Amino acid sequence: MNNSFLRISIWVYLVLFFLYLLGPLVIMSITAFNSSGFPRMSPWECLTFQWFGELFQDQRILNGIKNSLIIGLGTVVLSVAMGLAGALMLTQIWPKLRATYYTVIIAPILIPGVVLGISTLVFWDRINRMLGLGADSFLSNGIFLTVIGQSTFIASYCMLVLVARLQRYDMALTEAALDLGATHAQAFRKILLPFMRPAIASAAVLAFLASFENYNTTTFTFGEYPTLTIELAQKVRYGITPAISALAFIIVALTVFFALLNEAKLKRQELVAAARKNATVEELAGKIKLPSFFAGNMAAVLLVVFAIATITVVGTATAYDPGQCIADVREQKQLEAEQRIQELRKQREERREQREAEEAEQGGAQSTPKPSNNSGFGNVFAPNSLGGDEGESDDGSSDADPAPSNNSGFGNVFDPNSLQNDE
Amino acid sequence: MSAGVGVDLENLWIRFGDFVAVRDANVNINGGDFFSFLGPSGCGKTTILRAVSGFLEPSEGNVLIGGKNMRGIGPNKRPTALIFQNLALFPLMKVWENITFSMEIKGASSAERRKRADELLDMIALPEQGDKLPSELSGGQRQRVAIARALCAEPDVLLLDEPLSALDLKLRQHMRTELREIQKRVGITFIYITHDQGEALTMSDNIAVMRAGVIDQIANGKTIYNDPNTAFAASFVGENNVFRGKVKQVMGNEALIATNRSGDLVARISTTNQGKMKEGDDAMMFVRPEAFAIAPDGASGDHFVTARVNHEEFEGNAFNIFTEGEGGKEIKVSIPNHGQSFDDHTGQNITLEYETHNAVIVPAGELAAE
Repeated sequence: MNNSFLRISIWVYLVLFFLYLLGPLVIMSITAFNSSGFPRMSPWECLTFQWFGELFQDQRILNGIKNSLIIGLGTVVLSVAMGLAGALMLTQIWPKLRATYYTVIIAPILIPGVVLGISTLVFWDRINRMLGLGADSFLSNGIFLTVIGQSTFIASYCMLVLVARLQRYDMALTEAALDLGATHAQAFRKILLPFMRPAIASAAVLAFLASFENYNTTTFTFGEYPTLTIELAQKVRYGITPAISALAFIIVALTVFFALLNEAKLKRQELVAAARKNATVEELAGKIKLPSFFAGNMAAVLLVVFAIATITVVGTATAYDPGQCIADVREQKQLEAEQRIQELRKQREERREQREAEEAEQGGAQSTPKPSNNSGFGNVFAPNSLGGDEGESDDGSSDADPAPSNNSGFGNVFDPNSLQNDE
Repeated sequence: MSAGVGVDLENLWIRFGDFVAVRDANVNINGGDFFSFLGPSGCGKTTILRAVSGFLEPSEGNVLIGGKNMRGIGPNKRPTALIFQNLALFPLMKVWENITFSMEIKGASSAERRKRADELLDMIALPEQGDKLPSELSGGQRQRVAIARALCAEPDVLLLDEPLSALDLKLRQHMRTELREIQKRVGITFIYITHDQGEALTMSDNIAVMRAGVIDQIANGKTIYNDPNTAFAASFVGENNVFRGKVKQVMGNEALIATNRSGDLVARISTTNQGKMKEGDDAMMFVRPEAFAIAPDGASGDHFVTARVNHEEFEGNAFNIFTEGEGGKEIKVSIPNHGQSFDDHTGQNITLEYETHNAVIVPAGELAAE
């Protein structure tokens, strides 16, 4: 009893925890497929892919992505290079200085990004002026400043990743290469770099992601090259559309895809290594049996499921036309709006009649404006058509397919063309 | 055998701060020799090797390879190849890429390298293993790959830093023979670092015995074993029983020493100390376990020692008798087994006999730690 209670609590906790972690992402992803003009999950209107289309037509977003990619790549190159240099230095420096050096090199991680952004801007501006260059020089270029500014702290992250691997490096390998005639550069390129490659790849991914999502440093340095995060932040000020949800969905999907891919690859390597080990034990040298790609590789299975799901979604997207549904929803909305307007008009009409009645009572021979049938409003205000209209809107709320016709009591009132004509 | 390139160390001093790792080493290694530096760990032998290979600049003195001073020449420019203690095979390269790394550096084509690798793999008796990774080989195979890699660089001098220490006993003994054979085949100078006197004795043409940065003796194995010139060399190389005392009388090449416990004993003065020892000097006499024989009871004289047997053991090729010795140290006696009957002497007093030319006297000095 106690035990099962514990187990249930753990499950509840897990569910809550993952809801907390992933819930916002899931909801945001879902809103990307809702045709509602504001990103929301309920009320659900129509399944649509239009926001993706809109996303890819938004020049500012596309430009932001382009800038983010350029800056990301620049930051990766600079940060990994500086991180590697810093890591190598850490292994070479006198042991007494090592702790101090480590603190200094880690410090940028602890400094707020805002401070780094401002200081980068001020520092390079000062250098720019010292060199007597104008405001359009390379040193005040937004991309340059952002890459430099982001790298100040991303390089420290890279160094942490690289140091971990470098600590497992046997310096005797470099010595062996030198001893066999290699120059220092050759030993570095042929021995140390290949050894560091996995860590360099990790550091590069980390640097890219850190650069891509950075806002607080970039906001001071971007100049004329706003990154995606900057663009998004600016967009939010003017209200957001589900196009941003679509972007978020794409990023989430890509992340999941690459995470699964990486996991599947690692697992596969593990399995191959295990198979090789068994082979040597069984003295099957040369006849290494590779396990089938999926055996015991959950990540690979998930990856394939994920890929199939993606293909299905994309296939549906190209085949599926939400136009009808959207049209329906729009009409539904129109009807609701009409009904509201109608009610307002009715109230106004009632008030007017009341007023007229009062005026009539006062016996005024004043002429009152008469609604003419040939106005843009059609016969809206004719008592007959009013009756008919009420009946129809009742139908609309109860019937799933109201199929309003133009020859209703409203005439062409809400046809945009007639409105324009009217004006 | 003198076709190879010789190595000379001239007044070599190597200091690390205040610590003197190598003190005034003077060594002439003949070309084509298998030369060993033998000493306990921390005696400075690896430091010498690093100075020869160029990873370390000597504080004073010179390293000459083939008569050419190597000062200021980096390890990649010296005609040496080093086999590291941990082998330092490149873990991400296949065996054949490892072996021909020195050719890759020089820009040799892949086909050329493959061909040379196959030749060398044949030589080290690992044919068809070229496409494996070092981690897929056994310890002895890795060992041989390291040798092939070093030889591929066609060095004039091959330096080996305790390369067998990580192997198990059987493999170590096998590799000794193999290394010696390879050395004879390629005919280049081998400089071998070891703390294992068995390795040094079986493989080397000449051995330098080192103690705390100082070279005590340079000679061939037989001389070092039979005619050590210091107490350290005598006690480090092989098993030895020590008798301390003072020189009582020098008689040509022999001396009579008054020992603390075993009375007056006569032995040969070691060759390099002949004429240098005089009466009253502190001396040590060394007698190998196998130089003793059991004498008939009651025999006495200046080459007899009486002792009480603590325990005995049968080792297969010999009976070992452990008797009470000086200062709690046992005297070990080893009687070769050739099928004779052997009485148990435990608890008894026995008289041991040695021939004076089989015992050696050196000036008193530091002994090797057990």
